[in-house]
Parts: sequence; C-alpha cells; structure tokens
Amino acid sequence: MLAYTLRRIAQAVPILLLVSLISFGIMQLVPGDPAAVLAGPNATPDELIKLRQTLGLDKSLLSQIMIFYGNLFQGDLGYSIILGEPVLKVVLERSPISISLALYSLALTVILGLSIGVIAAMKHNRWIDQAAMTFALIGVSVPNFWLGLVMIVLFSVHLGWLPTGGYVPFFEDPVGWFLAATMPALSLAMMQIGLLARLTRSTMLEVLGQDYIRTARAKGASEPRVIIKHAMSNVLIPVVTVLGMILSVLLSGSVIVETIFAVPGIGALLGNAILGRDYPMIQGGLIFVAAVLLILNIVVDVLYAWLDPRVRVQ
Amino acid sequence: MSHLEISNNPSALTSLRRFLGGRRVRRLIRHRSFMIGLWLCLFVTAIAIFAPIISSVDPNKMAIRSRFQPPSLEFLLGTDNLGRDLFSRVAWGARLSLAIGLGVVLLNAVFGVLLGALAGYFRRLDGILMRLSDALMAFPSVLLAIGIAAAMGASAMTAVISLAVVYIPRTARILRASVLQVNELEFVNAARAAGAGDFHILRRHILPNCMAPLVVQLSFVFAYAILSEAVLSFLGLGAAPTDPSWGIMISEGRSYIREAPWMTIIPGMAIAITVLGLNLLGDGLRDVLDPRVKMEH
Repeated sequence: MLAYTLRRIAQAVPILLLVSLISFGIMQLVPGDPAAVLAGPNATPDELIKLRQTLGLDKSLLSQIMIFYGNLFQGDLGYSIILGEPVLKVVLERSPISISLALYSLALTVILGLSIGVIAAMKHNRWIDQAAMTFALIGVSVPNFWLGLVMIVLFSVHLGWLPTGGYVPFFEDPVGWFLAATMPALSLAMMQIGLLARLTRSTMLEVLGQDYIRTARAKGASEPRVIIKHAMSNVLIPVVTVLGMILSVLLSGSVIVETIFAVPGIGALLGNAILGRDYPMIQGGLIFVAAVLLILNIVVDVLYAWLDPRVRVQ
Repeated sequence: MSHLEISNNPSALTSLRRFLGGRRVRRLIRHRSFMIGLWLCLFVTAIAIFAPIISSVDPNKMAIRSRFQPPSLEFLLGTDNLGRDLFSRVAWGARLSLAIGLGVVLLNAVFGVLLGALAGYFRRLDGILMRLSDALMAFPSVLLAIGIAAAMGASAMTAVISLAVVYIPRTARILRASVLQVNELEFVNAARAAGAGDFHILRRHILPNCMAPLVVQLSFVFAYAILSEAVLSFLGLGAAPTDPSWGIMISEGRSYIREAPWMTIIPGMAIAITVLGLNLLGDGLRDVLDPRVKMEH
C-alpha cells in the first residue's frame, strides 16, 4: 500500500510541473503587452517600464520560465496586482471557505446521489425510477449559476427562509454557516447529484443481476440486507473513482457560484481577478487549485486501492 | 488488397453505411430518450435557423417605453431593462450558443481524433501526449477555460478555442482507448501482415471502427460546451456584451431579479432545454452505439 501511494505521488510530480508550465503559458496568451493591459490606458511610459521590470516581462521567455520555476519551488506564486499581497497568502486565507463549501456540496452529492440511484434501481422501471431519472437528467442539464439565482428568488426573496448570500465561519456559528451555505452548496451539487444518481442506478442494476446476489436472496436474506451488505460495497467502488472528478467540478463551479452568493472563497477571488485582469492572481490561483486537485486525486486513488486490492496489483 | 482485407475490413464508406445503417437506426428510432432529445434539438435548431423570420424585432432594438414588460401576447417572453424583446434575443441567442457548441465539437472531432489516434497507435507518442492531457485534465474544466479566455480577451472565438482546449484531451483519451482496443483485433494484424502502412491501417481499418464512442462523446461535448459558454458569457468572457448570448442575458437579468424575474428565468430555461435535448440524444446514442453499455430502455 505504501509503495502504491509513493508511486502515485511520484506520478503526480511531472504532471504538477506541466500544470504550472501550462499556467505560465496561458498568461503568454495575453495579446500585445501584458504590462500595458495591466497598467491601463493612462499609464506613463516610465510606469510601464517599471511594471515590466516588476513582472519580469523585460527578460527573455526562457529567463521568465526559469524565474517562474525558481519562485514556484520557493512557494512564491507571485504578487496580486489588485490586492497588493502575495498570491499564496491570499489563496491560503480564502481556501478554507471554498473547501468547506466544496465538502458540504460533496456530502449533498454523495448522500442524495447515492440514495436516488439506489431507490431508482430497486424500483426499476416503475414510476419512482422514471421520476428519479427525470430529476437526475434535469439536474445535469441546468446551469448551476442559473439554479442559484432561481433559488435566491424562491427561498430568499419570496419565502425568506435562507439568506441571499454571504458567508458565516463554521466555528463561529454552525447554524448560520449551514443556512448561508445551503443554497450555494446545493446549486453547486445539483449536476453532480444527477450524474452520481445515474451512475449508482446503472451500477446497482448490474450488481443486482450478479450470481452472488441471487445466492444471498436464495439463502433467505432480507432485501435491505441484500442491498446494504452485499450490493452496496460493490456499488461504492465505481462511486469512489468518480469522487476526484466530482471534487474537480465542484471547485470549478465555485468561481461562478461564489460570485453569485457573495461567498469570499477562492472562486470569488478568481472571479474578481478575471474582472480586474489580475493575471498573477489568475495564474497562481490556477496552479493552486490544480495542485489541490492532484493531491485530492491521489487520496481518492489510494482510497480506491484500499477498497479494491486488484488496483494495487495492477 | 488481400483477401482478408476485403472480407474482414470495411472500407470507410462501408463502415459509415453500417454505422448509420438499418438495425442501429431502427433501434435509435425505438429509443424513447433519443427521440425526445432529437425533437428538442431539432426544435432549438429550427429556432436558431429561422431566428430572422420568427422574430420580427431586432434583438438589440431598444424601446425605453416598453421596459420590463412581463410575458404577454404583445411580447411573448417579455422585455428586458432596455425594452429589448426577449423572444427575439432568445431566438438569436440559440444561433450563438449552437454555433459556439458546434465550433467546439468540430475542433474536438479534428484534434481529439488526431491526438487520440496518434497516442493509441504510435506507442512512442503515447507517453508524452497522455501526460500532456493529464496535465490539462488536472485543471478543473471550466476554470481552465476561464483562465484561457481571460488571457485571450472576451469574444465568441475565444470561447470556442478555450472550451476546445478543455475538452480535446477528454475526447483524445476516449479515442485512444478505442484505438488501443481495435488495434489488437485480428483484421488489423491481417492488414499489417498484408503490408499495409500505418496511416492506411489507421484511416481505413481502425478509425472507422472507433466511430461509436466518438459520436457519443461529441454529443456530450456539445452539451457541456453550451453550458460552459453560458458560464463564460455570464462572467463577461464569452460573446460581446451586445450579442444576444443566453449567458449574458442571465447576467443582465441578475440585477433585476426581483422586479423582472423572467429576464433571468427565460434564458436559463432555453439553456436547460437545449442541454437536456443533447443529453437525451447522447444517452440514446450511447445505449445503441456503444456495445459496452447495457441497453436499459
């Protein structure tokens, strides 16, 4: 198991180097002179020269790459132009907010997605199955930011049940956190709930057709016991494999959902950086999020290998 | 051409005929989800094509006296904060969304197939191409598109390019897996033994047999591209602000969500209907064309 974990970490290193190179390359796509774009139309030539020196744009591309990696290995993701602070510091300050929101979304996804999928499979081809799969299909087709806005109109403006946005730290006021985070988490999770429900249903239908399930039933095991004890463990394996992908989508969606609900996480930070053309922040933020996802994917893979020993052997 | 090649290896034309031919088409027609999806997609496509005819009003024509009109017989889907007719804007928005989605699909079909085929067939290229795709896929999809679009500057073309970059590695991976599978089959070995060149084998024998998963993947890429384009436009990174994009319409409606909720709800429903249609279409195609997936309908 330790060898497998170390192998996965070793595989992630070159990918992380490539990820940072791509992030560096993206910023080279800025048309014209990035310093002129950043400084705005009223900047004087002296200010432009100074900004180019600050950003290292006066050096050759190779030198820029070397400096970029040199800084990266020292944990320096650059300096935010808008906030005037190191990118890493700002990102680390905001990340607990986004991570708590993503984990809440993940919990909703797993609980609702699994339940809907299992119920649909158990009631295969009945109206409950049809209704569950229609719900799942609508979930994967609706834009999350639009769903968020509709929920604000319904639950905040008309019914007054939930706040329209903002963030309350969990350890200060857990109930306030729960109320404020429910709509953003649900609008983030809706598409993933739909996807997971569809995956769970199809896997469960496949598992329920296996010989060992028939044997369990023939031995007189009750239906709940067959589902929970015999079927669920095998349904969970493919579910664990998609957890990394689900987290990736949840973090990706946080840019827009955090903007709509005024949640001050990494997503909103990147959203504001985009509007303000804060390229170092966009670049550093992309590297940070990709690195977090790589780490999470390693955790998911190790978890998967622990659940299914065949993976370790492969 | 050897005897084996003639008997076992379909030419591109024959495989296309087989691919679209009789049994599969009949199964698709009987597939309820596919047919509902097809009708929804045809409906949206018809609106996009006939937008200039069915919407008599210019989508950008402002009428300050008719601001914030709710849906009525006079204004079928209401008007926005500048008095622009929402029916007209939604119809023209369908054009833009479908055009961007189609652009992304075409780029995926070309570059996804090229990279997937090269990685799957030429093992020496596999390592580097797949590590590059791993790196691109390590970014959360929409976030990468946002990063590229933010750097390149907002435009519909930027949206197409940034979304294509996001989805091409995924398409390439699926095609690579199919190429690896087909490459092991006997008729490919027979063609190789008969002296056929690598590119001939790829073009004539392998790629025609990888069409099914590719078509299924492209239908889902279309759906995701439309959803992601709306996100980019909502953030001001997609179409130009004056263009009647569904994402821009939702973004504009956000400020007036209390007084004029239809400004937000209607373009969102247009996105949902289009994506729902494409998802249903993709589900049907997957059930019928991809033999690895069990038929459940």
